[in-house]
Amino acid sequence: MTVHLKQDAPDNRDVLDGTGQGVIGAPLPRPEGLMKVTGTATYAAEYAVEGCLEGVLVTVPVTRGEVLSIDEHSVLTMPGVVAVISDERMTGRPAQGMAGEAPFQPAQEVCYWGQPVALVVADTFEQARDAAKHLAMEWRSEDAPIDPASVETEEDESTLQGDLAHAMAEAAHSVDVVITTEGHASAAMEPHAALAQWNDGALTVHASLQMLKFNRAELADSLGLEEEQVRLLSPYVGGGFGSKLGVSQEVVAASLAAMKLGRPVRVVMSRQQVFQTVERRSETHQRIRLAADAEGKLTGFGHEALVSNLPGETFAEPVLQSSQFLYAGENRLLKLDLARIHRMTAGSVRAPGEAVGVQTVEQAMDMLAEKVGMDPIELRLRNIPEVHPAKGTPFSSRKLAECLREGAAAFGWEPRPRAPRHTREGEWWIGTGVASGARVHFVEEAKARVTLRPDGTALVETDMTDIGTGTYAILGQVAGEMLGLVPDDIEVRLGDTDLPPGSGSGGSVGAASCGSAVFLACQGLREQLAKRLNVGADELALKDGFARWDGGEKALPELLGGEPLECTGHFEPGASTEDLTVSSFGAFFAEVAVNRWTGETRVRRMTGAFGFGRVLNARTARSQCLGGLTWCIGNALTESLLFDPVDGHLANCDLAEYHVPVNRDVPDLEVLLLEERDAAASPIQAKGVGELGLCGGAGAIANAIYDACGARVFAYPMTPDRVMAAMESSRPPSEST
Amino acid sequence: MRPFDYQRAERLEHAAQLTGEPDTLALAGGTNLVDLMKLQVETPQTLVDIGRLSLGTIAEDGEGLRIGALATNTATAVHPRVLADYPVLARAILAGATQQLRNKATTGGNLCQRTRCYYFTNIDQPCNKREPGSGCGAIKGIARIHAVLGTSPQCIATYPGDMAVAMAALDASVEIASERRSRTVPVRNFHRLPGDTPEKDNVLEPGEIITAVTLPAPVGGVQLYRKVRERSSYAFALCSVAAVVDLEEGRFTRADLAFGGLAHKPWHDPRIADLLIGSEPSLALFDKAADLLLEGAESYGENDFKIPLARRTLAAVLCEATGVEP
Ligand SMILES: Cc1cc2nc3c(=O)[nH]c(=O)nc-3n(C[C@H](O)[C@H](O)[C@H](O)COP(=O)(O)OP(=O)(O)OC[C@H]3O[C@@H](n4cnc5c(N)ncnc54)[C@H](O)[C@@H]3O)c2cc1C
Ligand code: SF4
Repeated sequence: MTVHLKQDAPDNRDVLDGTGQGVIGAPLPRPEGLMKVTGTATYAAEYAVEGCLEGVLVTVPVTRGEVLSIDEHSVLTMPGVVAVISDERMTGRPAQGMAGEAPFQPAQEVCYWGQPVALVVADTFEQARDAAKHLAMEWRSEDAPIDPASVETEEDESTLQGDLAHAMAEAAHSVDVVITTEGHASAAMEPHAALAQWNDGALTVHASLQMLKFNRAELADSLGLEEEQVRLLSPYVGGGFGSKLGVSQEVVAASLAAMKLGRPVRVVMSRQQVFQTVERRSETHQRIRLAADAEGKLTGFGHEALVSNLPGETFAEPVLQSSQFLYAGENRLLKLDLARIHRMTAGSVRAPGEAVGVQTVEQAMDMLAEKVGMDPIELRLRNIPEVHPAKGTPFSSRKLAECLREGAAAFGWEPRPRAPRHTREGEWWIGTGVASGARVHFVEEAKARVTLRPDGTALVETDMTDIGTGTYAILGQVAGEMLGLVPDDIEVRLGDTDLPPGSGSGGSVGAASCGSAVFLACQGLREQLAKRLNVGADELALKDGFARWDGGEKALPELLGGEPLECTGHFEPGASTEDLTVSSFGAFFAEVAVNRWTGETRVRRMTGAFGFGRVLNARTARSQCLGGLTWCIGNALTESLLFDPVDGHLANCDLAEYHVPVNRDVPDLEVLLLEERDAAASPIQAKGVGELGLCGGAGAIANAIYDACGARVFAYPMTPDRVMAAMESSRPPSEST
Repeated sequence: MRPFDYQRAERLEHAAQLTGEPDTLALAGGTNLVDLMKLQVETPQTLVDIGRLSLGTIAEDGEGLRIGALATNTATAVHPRVLADYPVLARAILAGATQQLRNKATTGGNLCQRTRCYYFTNIDQPCNKREPGSGCGAIKGIARIHAVLGTSPQCIATYPGDMAVAMAALDASVEIASERRSRTVPVRNFHRLPGDTPEKDNVLEPGEIITAVTLPAPVGGVQLYRKVRERSSYAFALCSVAAVVDLEEGRFTRADLAFGGLAHKPWHDPRIADLLIGSEPSLALFDKAADLLLEGAESYGENDFKIPLARRTLAAVLCEATGVEP
């Protein structure tokens, strides 16, 4: 049986609030957590497969050009070397998220420095790695632009409304700033890896991927196979953050090698290859213009951004996504431009768009508050628009004001206009800052099968992935709530394309989309059970393994009578969000210490308050927010991809030199979850939470830096050199440091 | 990684003899060497594991202290004599790397650790240190972490370590043994400037093994190590200062300073002590000290900030050491 819902209307029934099992939203631990921390959860590269060969990707030090010849014989005589794969189906770039088709081929056409062009396969990893460095190749190379400022740009998107220039000229107060952000890496802990097996025309690949139904199509298309011939398995993924949305080079290469050699082949990218060949977040160059009246009401809002990508890629970091509706202002100019340059592929890195687009607006808002002479929270509250300022559509639900107010109370925010350099502790200036947060909400088609087993336990199955987010836990909770079962009685199987296709994990769609599919499947099961009992589905209560109705009670095994009961839920996004603006919102508060001498900045505490619809599991949701806040710290202070100005290669390509925050950089973080129900967002009233926690918070840190030491820094990350320089230039003449 | 032969040295003479052979390197904790072998930056034919030699002892040496070449960074940093008499050394070591790395890293290996220059560690880029004559990728490239003092047109790399900076401030000595002779070299002279031979990081000759570092009799005073970096741990110094400072009647009687992150070696300029000793501490004086330090400094765009940063860090350390209020 299948229950299909194309959600064309809001669902106000809040079914999960009436079921009574009490597991939905509970802060339950992940069922697979212990396995993960004790090393017994098996990741893609860890399967022990007999006769498995090892492949290492060969990259070329060419920014743009073509591989003319590959001399296999240069390595075939080396010990253990079995083959060199340089098939023209090799892919040099990863597929973009949800592409569903092969990425650019052939790999031998080189578009960025360090592009993989071949695979060396040997008996051992060490042999393959050595041979990969020895493979003789001839190539042609040509000049290539690598600096986004050096090329003509293409307009990707724009919104024009009223006359911003006029509004700026007439404004009582205005801000006009240019702020830059540098490229980011996903830097997931598990490197990209694939283990491919080819048997009788069927390909099975253990891989580390986020969106299997798309990945299967991408891989089949890359190889020239039918989708039915391809099975992907990703039950555990050690972080992806966007870099595993699309099928990447090692998956295609391992598959080609397995098909050619008829033996299992494993390919694991080195840490350097991960940095240099998977998707990067584009650097951005942003101009923000704000015009306001004397009371601080926005009359104009401008946000322009320049981002970059390789020729041929459709993705442009959607910097303006939430700027469309976060704040009011009748005169609007939003414009996104794309520069085609030869740095590696730009694509989705956690929270594409908002992760760099909100913090800049939030800095500008802070500057405006100062000009108006107003508490920055008050300024924000005054400018929350009634409806989408361009489209006029109402918001499906929005907790922005509550997040600002309740977050402020929890943080201990002092409402006052900012006046920097108010507090010093020894060498450290102390300051606080605030920022709003927003992240648009998406859902994606998803299917899940739920089976009530004869013993009264349940099995949930979908090809959905758990990329460390807690999918195993929350899907079990949705099923448990609907079927009246405790989580221990529910088994969740994920990450296998033989199972019904879920949404995949990306764009924070997973919980709401797959959760809804499980919800629908359970609804179907409830109906079937009710039918057996001759009662209406509404009259049936399922709790603690029992079915109860007016006048009766039966244990589930008894009701099932030795037979399993199965239903597939099929959720499809529909028109429910058409005339609405659907987004998650939040607020960030940070306290920082800035060293008066060196400009070193340390975050002392942070509070984040978030509203993202129904909370499915308060513990895993909080973890997502904690991770988001940690990303804010890296984004604000330390993370940047450094590209060589001569050939565009990525210079800092390991975790020693690409600086994600370490434990010591991450202080006490406080997370407030503001429950709401969003009827339009999904049938379970949930929105996405996975990315919200990093959408704006770096701006709170930037504003806190200003409040601490009086330095406005207009370039992220705010490393000591930049803060020091800004302190120098902002220093009142009487001050010595 | 290239295939290599592995030999375990049982005795010091044996180790010295083996490492005298071409393309042979000593292996201590392996935290730097093995990483570089994986990247094919180091391609020894033979690896001589010196880990079994009895060079791990930390022992009294007259009034001073002798730290064996194989003593781990952790053991040195928590040694009671180090904590009591040479706190600058404990602080410097603890400011470096991570606990896991320090548990493996050794005195000798730390002194000999190679630069973190991005071009040095990428074999598809030009680098005179790795491949003499191939050019310097960093000079026109990403030079954020590079040197501003004592650079040459051939190489602008830094010595990246922390421990040796404190040892330079303490005027420690490196004990070196080979088959034929033993010698002692002040830490201040152990590393060299790149000049025309950037491939040579230090004065060790093939077949020479570091056996220990000796610290002179304790001098007391205020001992500080200040390391500036963008994240608070697990990052190399953008600039660091080791200071051993003493005052009597409001005037400097000792001012032994050494600097990290600025040059191809821990930087020590005796003129700074000459300037400070006998004078009353003041911001103006600290500025003069910085003038001396940075005389002849040259930067390469990306690392321009290191010049003002070094000036400020020096002032910060001297203010902290002397109580001068900025
Ligand atoms: C991610 C990371 C971060 C780090 N951060 C820091 C930091 O912040 N500060 C810092 O100071 N260091 C840092 N380090 C470097 C670390 O301190 C060094 O790797 C370590 O000290 C090297 O010691 P080892 O015993 O492991 O040397 P090995 O790797 O075994 O050897 C290094 C070199 O020394 C030679 N060698 C070793 N012992 C002797 C000897 N007795 N005689 C002659 N030659 C010898 C070897 O031949 C080799 O060339 C970091 C390292 C890593 C990987
Ligand atoms: S600075 Fe030195 S180590 Fe770096 S590329 Fe130039 S020569 Fe090589």
